[in-house]
Amino acid sequence: MDFSLTQEQTLIRDSALRFVADEYGFAARTALAQSTDGFSREHWKTFAELGWLGIGLPEERGGFAGTPVETMLLMEAFGTGLVLEPFVASVVLGGGALAHGASSSEHFDLLRAMVEGDVLLTLAYAEPDGRFDPAAVVTRARSDGADLVITGKKVAVPFGAAADHFVVSLRTGDSNGDSKGIALAVIDARSGGIARNDYTTIDGLRASDITFDGVRVPRAALLDAPGLELLERVLDDGIAAICAEAVGVMATMQRVTVDYLKTRKQFGVSIGSFQALQHRAVDMLIQLELARSMEIFAAMMLRSAGSTAERRRALSAAKVQVSRSGRYVGQQAIQLHGAIGMTDEYMVGHYFKRMSAIELSFGDVDYHLKRYVALTDARPRVDLPSAGMTQTAEIL
Amino acid sequence: MDLSFSPQEQAFRAEVRSFVESAIPDDIRRKTQTGEALTKDEYVAWQRALNGRGWMAPGWPVEFGGTGWTVVQRHIFEEELALGWAPRQIPFGVSMVAPVIIHFGNAAQKAHYLPRILDSTDWWCQGYSEPGSGSDLASLSTRAVRDGDHYVVSGAKTWITLAQFANMIFCLVRTDPAAKKQEGISFLLIDMTSPGVSVRPIVTIDGGREINEVFFDEVRVPVENLVGREGQGWTAAKFLLEYERNGTAGVAGSGQLLDRLKAFAAHQRSGATTLLEQPDFAQKVASVEIELTALSYAQLRALAAESAGSSPGPESSFIKITGTEIQQKITELMLEAAAYGGLAPSNGSAAWYFNFRKVSIYAGSNEIQRNIIAKRILGL
Repeated sequence: MDFSLTQEQTLIRDSALRFVADEYGFAARTALAQSTDGFSREHWKTFAELGWLGIGLPEERGGFAGTPVETMLLMEAFGTGLVLEPFVASVVLGGGALAHGASSSEHFDLLRAMVEGDVLLTLAYAEPDGRFDPAAVVTRARSDGADLVITGKKVAVPFGAAADHFVVSLRTGDSNGDSKGIALAVIDARSGGIARNDYTTIDGLRASDITFDGVRVPRAALLDAPGLELLERVLDDGIAAICAEAVGVMATMQRVTVDYLKTRKQFGVSIGSFQALQHRAVDMLIQLELARSMEIFAAMMLRSAGSTAERRRALSAAKVQVSRSGRYVGQQAIQLHGAIGMTDEYMVGHYFKRMSAIELSFGDVDYHLKRYVALTDARPRVDLPSAGMTQTAEIL
Repeated sequence: MDLSFSPQEQAFRAEVRSFVESAIPDDIRRKTQTGEALTKDEYVAWQRALNGRGWMAPGWPVEFGGTGWTVVQRHIFEEELALGWAPRQIPFGVSMVAPVIIHFGNAAQKAHYLPRILDSTDWWCQGYSEPGSGSDLASLSTRAVRDGDHYVVSGAKTWITLAQFANMIFCLVRTDPAAKKQEGISFLLIDMTSPGVSVRPIVTIDGGREINEVFFDEVRVPVENLVGREGQGWTAAKFLLEYERNGTAGVAGSGQLLDRLKAFAAHQRSGATTLLEQPDFAQKVASVEIELTALSYAQLRALAAESAGSSPGPESSFIKITGTEIQQKITELMLEAAAYGGLAPSNGSAAWYFNFRKVSIYAGSNEIQRNIIAKRILGL
């Protein structure tokens, strides 16, 4: 057990923080969010040059053989500046699906091109009536000779407009709602029969709802790995990534709020001298620290969980804690700022909005509490007499 | 960064586990599982078993009987003790007064008191709060007046856990009424069998009899029982409180509480299923369990930072707040789990709930902890 960073990890963290400090001032971020793509292709090139686009991917797939810790460090730094580039969509989700599930040279080439910054990927898994359940796949792939014909709708596809290829979850089996019979396919975004509704999300990022109307792709578009298992693995990677981002978001809100409490004067004193506000600020710090612990826990359990069920349970726990912490920190950041916190021109509201979007991404608290319970062994570790509890002897 | 345990750490865990399995008599284990009160003799028997293995005081420096373990080993040790249903460690001697004696005491005090803590000759209790001094501890008024080779102590200390078992009490006393309030305080060790010491039990809302008031009526205490310098008591008190707060987080103990809650809920029928199988209750349990997971890693991070630095810092305040809030959530669920059964005192679940209201009050109330963090960490 060791919480320290390697020298290389420290360098990655520092370069990511430097990038955010140099490029992600509030005004610069606002301008980028309003640009056509909603992010900077220049920055994306920088990411490729710095090796960030392959950071968590295996070496034999063109990646840099990092661990989830490197991804965590990047994402946390990104969170501090509300970085807009589609790192989660293209690297963690799209790239992750290819890295863990591809077996054809064509797909490996695509992954390599993504790592080099030439191709953008994204994941299209959520459906209109599926809420957060990755097994709720109605989008169907029908075999037709050597081709697949795809019909259905995916929602909230991150950076769907900018992506060159979509990794799409499809039902290849017969019955809907079944956990088997799901496959992932890599589909060229320019394929005929694809219609997109693109929009800016509540946090200033981009997403698309995508309709597939008889989209014809070769069978080779399918990834070999069992679809649902692969999808859940990739989504767990996504959860760990946005938990880390959330910690960066929360840490910034917490820091900015404490600074505000020290400088804002009312009744002739700084408002941070009021105990009611001090205690709220302390609780923000506590929630941040709990979230930070689960950020690390999530990253570690991606690799070190003893089983798939243990990994999923751990990632659900992380998502629950980080979402709850983030909601508290975000709401208090607004409240302690007062009316200025409500304004679009002040930064803290944008962090609050990103945190709210993170809460909704890859499953909310209810979804993950249910998943956690379903994966928990319900048998108590000890059997006690049924008569009742014994009078307590607990001391200190 | 690596949260997995090394082969050596896993071997250590196995070693602790097998010791705990063999060293705890079945009847004591049964009592700790159900939460039944242990007698003083039962606590002492367990402490002596630990001491026989050399594990009574893992946190002490090796020269005084510590184990020299890493923070991870200490974490594993505490986790295994809780998993094996070991009796709770009584903190007053081994993890409260001992660190003060080691840090501030003289050679004679170390030589005399530390071995007596290790072999359970002495049972210590803590004389801090007074009827008029709670959160504002530095306003305490128990007087110690120098008279030759003795201090003459008069006053009252209150909320003293298990004073009925104790033969020794460490006290904050006022030695200089003229000095600024923190600077007039000294740290004094008092033999409870001295003439003039009396103990009055206080019954708590759960019907428990664990706390007491202790009165000092011109009690003569030898000057050599002063720890540190006269007037240095407040520094020692703050030093001790940080250890106390880390201890009161009770992360491993909360795991036990949670196991007890689950076992209880598994016996509560609700229609065709047990309460533990009901989704809404299961989710409440899951929520607390998740928060406890977060706290346990937060504590490990704090311990790792502490092992790189020195004594526990203000972070221990945060651990105390969250740890006690978690304990309270678990005991609330105990009463909820009981339904109508909870109305009968014999059911016991209400007693847990009532009793655990104390945890956000003792060792510096959670509001005081927040004041400390606001001032010392946030700079507000």
